[in-house]
Amino acid sequence: MQLIFEKSVEGRRGFENPRSDVDLIAEIPVEYRREKDCPFPEVSELDVVRHFTALSQRNFSVDTHFYPLGSCTMKYNPKFTETVAAVEGFANLHPLLPQLKQGEKLVQGALEVLYHMESLLCEITGMDRFTMQPLAGAHGELTGVMMMAAYHKAKGNKKKYIIVPDSAHGTNPATAAIVGYEIVSVNSDGNGVMDLNELKERITDETAGLMVTDPNTLGIFNSDVDKIAEMVHAVDGIMYYDGANLNAILGRCRPGDIGFDVMHINLHKTFSTPHGGGGPGSGPVGVNAKLVPYLPVSMVDRRDDGTYYLNYDYPESIGYLASFYGNFSILLRAYAYIVMAGGEGLKEVSNHAVLNANYIKDRLKERFHLAYDRICMHESVFSASKQADRGVHAVDISKYLIDQNIHPPTVYFPLSVKESIMIEPTETESKQTMDRFIEAMFNADELSRKQPEVFHGLPATTPVTRPDEVKAARDINTNYFQNT
Amino acid sequence: MIPYISNTEKDVHDMLKVIGVSSIDDLFDDIKPHHNPKSFNLPDGKSEFEVLEHIKRLASKNAAGLIPFIGGGYYDHYIPSAVTALVSRGEFYTAYTPYQPECSQGTLQALYEYQSAICALTEMEVANASLYDGGTALYEAVMMAARITRRDKVIMDGGVSPIYRKIIRTYTSNLNYEFQETPVVHGQSSREEIGKLLDKDTAAVILQNPNFFGTIDDHSDIVKKAHELGVLVIESVYPVSLGLLKTPGAMGADIVTGEGQSLGLPLNFGGPYLGFMATRKKYIRKMPGRIIGETLDVNGKRCFVNTLQAREQHIRREKATSNICTNVSLCALQSVIYMSLLGKQGFKELAQLNLDKAEFARQEIEKIEGVEVKRSSPTFNEFTVCLPVDASLVAEAMIDKGFAAGFPLGRYYQDMEKYMIVAVTEKRTKEEILAYVQALREVLV
Amino acid sequence: MEIAEHLLYTKEHEWINIEDGEATIGISDYAQEALGDITFIELPNAGDEVEQFGEFVSVESVKAASDIFSPMSGEIIVVNEDLNEDPGLINKSPYEKGWIARIRISDSEEQSNLMTAEEYGKFLESVG
Repeated sequence: MQLIFEKSVEGRRGFENPRSDVDLIAEIPVEYRREKDCPFPEVSELDVVRHFTALSQRNFSVDTHFYPLGSCTMKYNPKFTETVAAVEGFANLHPLLPQLKQGEKLVQGALEVLYHMESLLCEITGMDRFTMQPLAGAHGELTGVMMMAAYHKAKGNKKKYIIVPDSAHGTNPATAAIVGYEIVSVNSDGNGVMDLNELKERITDETAGLMVTDPNTLGIFNSDVDKIAEMVHAVDGIMYYDGANLNAILGRCRPGDIGFDVMHINLHKTFSTPHGGGGPGSGPVGVNAKLVPYLPVSMVDRRDDGTYYLNYDYPESIGYLASFYGNFSILLRAYAYIVMAGGEGLKEVSNHAVLNANYIKDRLKERFHLAYDRICMHESVFSASKQADRGVHAVDISKYLIDQNIHPPTVYFPLSVKESIMIEPTETESKQTMDRFIEAMFNADELSRKQPEVFHGLPATTPVTRPDEVKAARDINTNYFQNT
Repeated sequence: MIPYISNTEKDVHDMLKVIGVSSIDDLFDDIKPHHNPKSFNLPDGKSEFEVLEHIKRLASKNAAGLIPFIGGGYYDHYIPSAVTALVSRGEFYTAYTPYQPECSQGTLQALYEYQSAICALTEMEVANASLYDGGTALYEAVMMAARITRRDKVIMDGGVSPIYRKIIRTYTSNLNYEFQETPVVHGQSSREEIGKLLDKDTAAVILQNPNFFGTIDDHSDIVKKAHELGVLVIESVYPVSLGLLKTPGAMGADIVTGEGQSLGLPLNFGGPYLGFMATRKKYIRKMPGRIIGETLDVNGKRCFVNTLQAREQHIRREKATSNICTNVSLCALQSVIYMSLLGKQGFKELAQLNLDKAEFARQEIEKIEGVEVKRSSPTFNEFTVCLPVDASLVAEAMIDKGFAAGFPLGRYYQDMEKYMIVAVTEKRTKEEILAYVQALREVLV
Repeated sequence: MEIAEHLLYTKEHEWINIEDGEATIGISDYAQEALGDITFIELPNAGDEVEQFGEFVSVESVKAASDIFSPMSGEIIVVNEDLNEDPGLINKSPYEKGWIARIRISDSEEQSNLMTAEEYGKFLESVG
């Protein structure tokens, strides 16, 4: 398919600007002027609409395809939250308004949303306060670890290491490194959870904290989580809960009650804001009383008269994490989702997310090697090891699924399982959809026995097939204009 | 009961049977009773209609009807309907990161086009597929410059958004960087002060154009001096101004970042926005964030992939260029649709229109007795006025007249209590501008 | 899997060819195969000092980034600039055209910490 730039025809227009009603044409002195006009495409509105509509049709998405991408919680995004986000009183609101004198009066509705959202998240997770500022999950992680560092600094603790499980997401070590910590990794035991004996050896006085998801990346809830918290707290370490897998435990357990001091939530996972093709996300961070003083500013607080204001008076705050108050329109969508679901609805979410995951797990284990054969939570991890022995790898199976109009599960993550296939159906998928997926997986297995060589030519139904990634990395072409 | 769950009672029953347990509760056995919530006291659920009414009620508590002359890096530009219609396609917004290129060509090609458009805009060689927002993008640029130069001193021009400067300080507080801020002289970067500080330990100079006061500069001379000492120049820019202004690429900047909100994104009370970043090709491996590259599929057909992933956290873990995982794909998409629609001519006209309206407002405001419009350097669509009284009080009084009059500088700059920056976009009509001037006159009496 | 006879090897799969106080360094056929198609190598600068088994250069393939360690201590005299243009030379010719750098050896005793081709062959068998 052509690029939008390749559809350009000199002199064609796609949009008419408002007419000028001021009788002057101002001039920029020549030394400050651009030499050549910006070479944006010259296309009509119809060209633009057809082009991007055609591009959209080259995507798989939740609206069009089953999308069991493990660890990403690709649930259906209710349409009404889009209506909510477009409500004018919010969409047009300038972020600097509350920084004017008396300006907070202009944004009471927005501040009320942030304040209520905070209370809801506190009740859902058992944390004492939340900041809405972090703009994505990884950004939330950074915020949390920075607060951890501020805590240790304030207490005069000399800390050097953050402990993570071997199944940890790559953002954990990357985040720790930015804040100046080193990572210590602990292996999983035979049950797929952190090995307590090994952990005991790794914890020292220099342990700043421990970062885990629970349930973990293998979809297993660690029943010993409180023991772990005790061990970490014994050296004044901080327990960090990575909320990536929160969709499994709503109403069943709260990180704040089981020993965690700080956590982030990926709103685009659990609270159903759209993934957007890779963002924007939103990663609110919750803390217990221990870390409240270090929260980034501003916080939204409420006066006795019931009005809301931006409070910058946190003298020990780590500072400004983002320009403003977080990805507001994403927060607004998630807020609407939580209000709609209510407490019982959220419990139902986890109930069905876990039910669906176990159903797929128990059906698939007939043909695929299950990394840990036990009850799982919101997702399960298989290994394509049997198929790989026939020359058909996880990647090949994923390409086969694409031809069956199913978005592949996460493959090759977690790294601790060879040829891993990580499946998270979410609560919004029906049994019929899952049955079709299971059948497709069985057919893939069948084909791997009979004609393993076929897989290498897949996918065959997509506009393009497997890309030459080596060429992409060697002959770097990331800008159309570099080549013209 | 939440309506987005498909399972019927029969489905539940059938599935439990396959699993071999008698109830959903059994699936949660690993969560022991002592793990259960101490409280889970949430309100009852609501219907879609009820939630919408609730949200509208909250929205009505915002004064969104004020006529905005406030900018500060975030501007009230018109968003063409086609932009909103196209980004509302579920195929785009309910997809995820394009991990599987064969079924993500839509997102991938759009992001390649976005990167190309950003390069065209800034006259730089390569761009990434976006970062969170303008402030965090600038912080990432500082880290990138430090990685490239292996130096740890950074010079920040006082004309760089004070919000961005605060963010940079927050992020680097645990690392050993030395920051020095230089003053703005007659609205422009102080060559003298920057020149004094530049040395072989300096990683980067951070500049902004137009700067926070709205003034325009040509930083070519600073770039030249910096390069003589191996110092990189980071330029933060306002994209709409680049329809007319000398580009950071032409000035020789090494890393360019900016806030892309004005490229078709609503103000949204602070986000989501769009951080863009561009650099020279030789630094591409030091650049954070996702990068989309063109390649061929095994049949020789052009296609697009996530490339140079070995820089990223999921592979390099603690040695990654950044901890960033996601970008803001949808916002990048929105902006490339916007840039395509405006096109070569339309974009230039848009910049001219902003300039003209701002110039008109400037001339009219200047007529008010006691108000001084700073004119020592040229401006684009935002400019600084000096009022006879505390600007924050004036802005407060203007609210009652129905205007967000501008942004008083006293909040972020010492001794500038009487100053205010005023922004005028293509959306402000002559009538609104004249009404604004009249209101200002009345307030100042 | 080719193991060049005349070279010494490390457990991290680098090779070194020592001649008159100087030495050429590269990675073994086994290493290039394990890394897959190499897309980029970040070469050190001539004049840099390296330590035995210390980080030396990093190479990238499509889905991995790996460090390569110096088999011996010394000062880098020259690097293989051809790799900037074509890092795939390491894959195509790991023992010849894909050499990485030449160093001036600072401590020839360190040789005793390295494996001969025969020992390296056995080592590879033992790691499977």
